[in-house]
Amino acid sequence: MIEVISPGPQTLVQDLGRPGWAALGVGSSGAFDRASLRLANRLVGNRESATCLETLGGGLEIHFRVACVVAVTGAEGSVMVRGGVGVSQPGQPHRPRGESRNSPLYVNEGEVLTIGPPTAGLRSYVAVRRGIAVPHVLGSASRDTLGGIGPEPVLAGDLLDLGDDGTHDPLVDHVAVRARSGPLRVMLGPREDWFTADAISALTTTHWSVATQIDRVGIRLLGVPLSRVEPSRELPSEPVVSGAIQVPPDGSPVILGPDHPTTGGYPVIAVVIDADLDRLAQLRPGDVIDMRAVEV
Amino acid sequence: MTLVRKCGDRALLLEVDDVHGMVRALEALDLPGVTEIVAGARTVLVSHGADADVNALARRVAGITPMAEPEGDPATITLEVIYDGDDLGVVAGVAGISVEEVIARHVGADYQVAFCGFSPGFAYLRGLDPSLVVPRLASPRTRVPAGSVAIADTWSAVYPRESPGGWRLLGHTRTPLWDLTSPVPALLTPGTRVRFARIAS
Repeated sequence: MIEVISPGPQTLVQDLGRPGWAALGVGSSGAFDRASLRLANRLVGNRESATCLETLGGGLEIHFRVACVVAVTGAEGSVMVRGGVGVSQPGQPHRPRGESRNSPLYVNEGEVLTIGPPTAGLRSYVAVRRGIAVPHVLGSASRDTLGGIGPEPVLAGDLLDLGDDGTHDPLVDHVAVRARSGPLRVMLGPREDWFTADAISALTTTHWSVATQIDRVGIRLLGVPLSRVEPSRELPSEPVVSGAIQVPPDGSPVILGPDHPTTGGYPVIAVVIDADLDRLAQLRPGDVIDMRAVEV
Repeated sequence: MTLVRKCGDRALLLEVDDVHGMVRALEALDLPGVTEIVAGARTVLVSHGADADVNALARRVAGITPMAEPEGDPATITLEVIYDGDDLGVVAGVAGISVEEVIARHVGADYQVAFCGFSPGFAYLRGLDPSLVVPRLASPRTRVPAGSVAIADTWSAVYPRESPGGWRLLGHTRTPLWDLTSPVPALLTPGTRVRFARIAS
């Protein structure tokens, strides 16, 4: 069992989500940065889809009541482990030790792991060997922050049981992770014909700044307002996908994240391709991004 | 005639006249590579896996004929409603009719779930009497109780769970619309026929 001493700004239980229920208004949710969740699970010898903690920024503190193999992936930054709550070993002062991300970490019974503030990126994933045991809702342990489905956000004092998702012993000591850089790749449409030629051009030729309104539902971008051909025309609600770039009437685009509503009434000018979706999880307010149109 | 648009590299968006007929046809065909089918007001989203040949899939779905509803009377869900909503008076004022007439016209219509969205189990019901078309609130309520029966624009709906909401409240039903312990958690699924029946409080 592990005990959350502090969840930091936000810590959620996530796995790879619950696709298949969108027709009933339930989105897929799941880890925002899926590759990092998969990697964390592989590092500790879990099934790739095992349940992890997704934590925003720094500040998550976990007290391990049992010795455990742990991995932290996602954002870059420090990971500290210090000697524990209620554990004393005479003559051995507990100096915190710095640990690496993207490596299996061996945490002893009673020790406390702390996620430091990210130096790059925003969301970190903490996998524990065997995974975290929480009840599944519609086939997933993911917290959908918009739909209010799945385990409640993690609070200080929460006790989390370990699951049975471990499959193999950890195989590697460290994985070199290189953050993908360069423009976000997008496919124009499905409603690019609602926008002026200038707007379509601006999407992929001007810089976009990440606004402060960013969460798992959507990431708002600031830049040249994207103008429509017919500003007063209304779009009948239609299904939307993660990565869809919706443009509300004010012209500031919003890129939909994993907890997006299943339908939306704003035209989608372009959609971020699947391979670049994980990068959205690591955007921070003030980051500047470029987009490039691609075809598949 | 189906117009097929790409919606990123994992989905196609189909513009169709008969949304539910297209959903029925797609579900019956069970095309390889298709992972999810979602209805919108006038569109159908067809999600596919990474390995799907998207251009072949697009050609394939463009040629699909919508499937007619099965013969016989379609199943209809009747929801008993206590018409005590806070916005009855406002709707009556906009429509230029009495509150009693608002209720009579809301009860008098046949509805069908067009699609779900906004929140889990929230069904957009087509069929509202055109005289009851009222825009949603400029500033949504922060808390609308579960079971609230509401209208906005050309739609009616019942809030399946407590949530914020900007629709005009006409009343409430005690029938549960959302049950996570049920194999299909939503009572109102796309295509379902719905009627409202007035009951006294």
